[in-house]
Amino acid sequence: MEQLALFFALLFLTVLGFILGKGRAVALSGQSDQPLHSRLPYYGLYTAIWCGLPSLLIMAGWMIFEPQIAEILVKSQLKEANQSLSADQLSLYINDVINLASGGILSREPDESILEAAESYHLFKQISYFAMAVVAISVSLVTLFGSLRKISPTLRARNKVEKVISVIMMISSLIAILTTLGIVLSLIFETLRFFEKVPFFDFIFGTHWSPQTALRSDQVGGSGSFGAIPLFAGTMLITFICMVIAIPVGLMSAIYMSEYAGKNFRAFAKPVLEILAGIPTVVYGFFAALTVAPFFRNTGTMLGLDVSSESALAAGAVMGIMIIPFISSLSDDVMNSVPQSLRDASYAMGATKSETITKVIIPAALPGIVGAILLAMSRAIGETMIVVMAAGLAANLTANPLEAVTTVTVQIVTLLVGDQEFDSAKTLAAFALGLLLFVVTLSMNVVALKVVRKYREKYD
Amino acid sequence: MTDNTPHIETGPLEINQALLKKRNAREIRFRLYGLSAVLTAIMVLCLLLTSIISKGYTAFEQTYILIDVRLDTETIDPKGTNRLEDLAAASYKSLLRAALREQFPGIEGRREKRQLYGILGTSADYDVRDAVLDNPKLVGTTATIAVKASDDVDSYFKGYISRDVPEDNRKVKDLELIWLDTFQADDRIIKKFNVDFFTNGDSREPEEAGILGAVIGSLYTLAITLALCFPIGVLTAIYLEEFAPTNRWTDIIEVNINNLAAVPSIVFGLLGLAIFLNFFGLPRSAPLVGGMVLALMTLPTIIIASRAALKAVPPSIREAALGIGASRMQTVFHHVLPLAMPGILTGTILGMAQALGETAPLLMIGMVAFIADIPSSMGDAATVLPVQIFLWADSPERGFVEKTSAAIMVLLAFLVVMNAIAVILRKRFERRW
Repeated sequence: MEQLALFFALLFLTVLGFILGKGRAVALSGQSDQPLHSRLPYYGLYTAIWCGLPSLLIMAGWMIFEPQIAEILVKSQLKEANQSLSADQLSLYINDVINLASGGILSREPDESILEAAESYHLFKQISYFAMAVVAISVSLVTLFGSLRKISPTLRARNKVEKVISVIMMISSLIAILTTLGIVLSLIFETLRFFEKVPFFDFIFGTHWSPQTALRSDQVGGSGSFGAIPLFAGTMLITFICMVIAIPVGLMSAIYMSEYAGKNFRAFAKPVLEILAGIPTVVYGFFAALTVAPFFRNTGTMLGLDVSSESALAAGAVMGIMIIPFISSLSDDVMNSVPQSLRDASYAMGATKSETITKVIIPAALPGIVGAILLAMSRAIGETMIVVMAAGLAANLTANPLEAVTTVTVQIVTLLVGDQEFDSAKTLAAFALGLLLFVVTLSMNVVALKVVRKYREKYD
Repeated sequence: MTDNTPHIETGPLEINQALLKKRNAREIRFRLYGLSAVLTAIMVLCLLLTSIISKGYTAFEQTYILIDVRLDTETIDPKGTNRLEDLAAASYKSLLRAALREQFPGIEGRREKRQLYGILGTSADYDVRDAVLDNPKLVGTTATIAVKASDDVDSYFKGYISRDVPEDNRKVKDLELIWLDTFQADDRIIKKFNVDFFTNGDSREPEEAGILGAVIGSLYTLAITLALCFPIGVLTAIYLEEFAPTNRWTDIIEVNINNLAAVPSIVFGLLGLAIFLNFFGLPRSAPLVGGMVLALMTLPTIIIASRAALKAVPPSIREAALGIGASRMQTVFHHVLPLAMPGILTGTILGMAQALGETAPLLMIGMVAFIADIPSSMGDAATVLPVQIFLWADSPERGFVEKTSAAIMVLLAFLVVMNAIAVILRKRFERRW
């Protein structure tokens, strides 16, 4: 990678700047009687920042904008040669040119104009890289010597360095906001494009989901309908099964661990639950698909039931196992923060431990437990790998847990994996589903966090 | 709350005794429910681990067949140069096939011949080549060389294919069984540690498939993730905890980070696809993009852990530093941050472990392609360990089931090591004030 070489060159210059700056400060402190304003390393940092930051920013900006400029150039050149092309064909052409220039595979035999364009694209790339290297390194050198000359006993190096660091800190804290913004904007943008092709109400209230659109008009079975109700139903069904397993087991183990278990038992059982939480979801998916689903199927056959090999039950059950530690650790926290005085009062009235738990602690902790369950549910709704591996692909509108259903996340994955074209309703549908998923889980989280916070304040 | 407090009925003593008995029984039952819930969780974990280990441990062994190969000078080194390059270029496949035909004379039909050759793995000739390159003196003699068996034969000797199944449903046919029995009777079937599993990239043939490509891909991806989210996460945490004024804006950032921590991981994949791939035009399937997506996903975890660690440093440290004339920046970077570092590192390692096991967002940015080569840079197409598991789990061949389980064992081993390091860090360096 040529860019990496340049990056390391700039990094080297930055380190050099630090050494030179510090050296200059050392020399100054020997010469003049006036004490230096800051401690020695700050002069080094001062030069290093001046030397590294502007040139690295130039490099980053260059790398971001270069492809766009290159594309415009190629476009203008191709337009002259092939004026009859539509926008889609043109973008295919440009892809070919870029692939050819970087030694990739083409979608067609290269003709004269492509070869020519690739040649000039390649040349442009090389010139651009060369120019970038020259500009970045010369900026770096100029700023290095400029800042070295500015070093004097009165230079407030520490204050300047600290100013830069605090700006960098503020920028990093913006990244989280930018991420959310990026998620929201990209999802909304693509979703709006989707709703240009498919009406909103067909999507939200339609009961038929088959996203395969026909490539040619004479193909069969490719109407492509995007009614998302079966997906919501499937997601709900699997989430419901998951919660049926996770809530009692998670809650009871939290109660046992916090109220009954001895020290030794807790020291053993708590890490076990943590391991359960740390196992990657793809492992659960494999377990669900290869162990649990066949087990349910065989049991069902023995009982005379027809269980699908991709039953909602298997996926939901394994997801429930995954959620157990989540619920138990959250509700453990919540129950621990119920004040001891409530417990003591209950015991003083002669209540047994279980009576205290069911009639005092749980009612007192209920808001927090509800918050925990909401958080767990939002996680179950957004869980992907288990359902991708263990639930079905066909959208069935059914409430029977023994049948195969599909979920929102499964459809997002199947719509987007391996699909290259970005403008079809099929790929855009994945973004609409993603937006929906985001909005639903986000609102559940907001509510849950609010409930938990309010509850905490009550006892603090 | 007080309304719910159980009240004991006043009455004759015997009735209270009966009630007490009932209440105590209920107490014991409740306790048992709790215990059984915990035991259920533990049992499920054991079940999961045993099911994976029992399916996967056989993948660390590979069946080899000892075959007497006549290493013809004519075929291997006709010019008699004895140079290693010439030896390496020879066609060992034909020698191997001749050796098999010699072993079982009377195989005539094309189909039977193909069947006979099929009991050896697709790269069996490399085993012969490597044996010759190791010891060039073998040329011209007849040597007994261990060559890799095909995945079906391997499965048969590992007991996954039963002889009792009717031939039509069995991957290893009757004729092959006769040959294999002959080999076994001669003690020519041996099992060796499967080195290829750790040194090969992915392959369509189960006996050739290895995890090295995926492991390297995971390392590149995690390197990018760490390089991005550690500095950004720690700086954000410092800013929010030590410098940020309490105002609306800071509140928004805080709420935002908490919510980001609970966004489904697949949504981050959609973000990566729409912004990094389609808007910025970064390469598909590359660890670079994978690392960036995972960094955004791990960022909230690291910020939250770092803030907790910073908060745990007592204010007296800050006051002392400020008191002797340090600036606020110096206080934080020279005193508070070093003290909070163990906690921050623990959180970072746990975040990395989470990123290592993450699959869904990487599917969105095209890291699911079949890639046989081992990636050599961050921009190369690559896959990662969990995605490799997903891909193998989807493969129909029997041989891939044990490979999948073995890959899961490797992934879990990595996670155990990372978590152990985190625990040790916490135990040894975290100070309680």
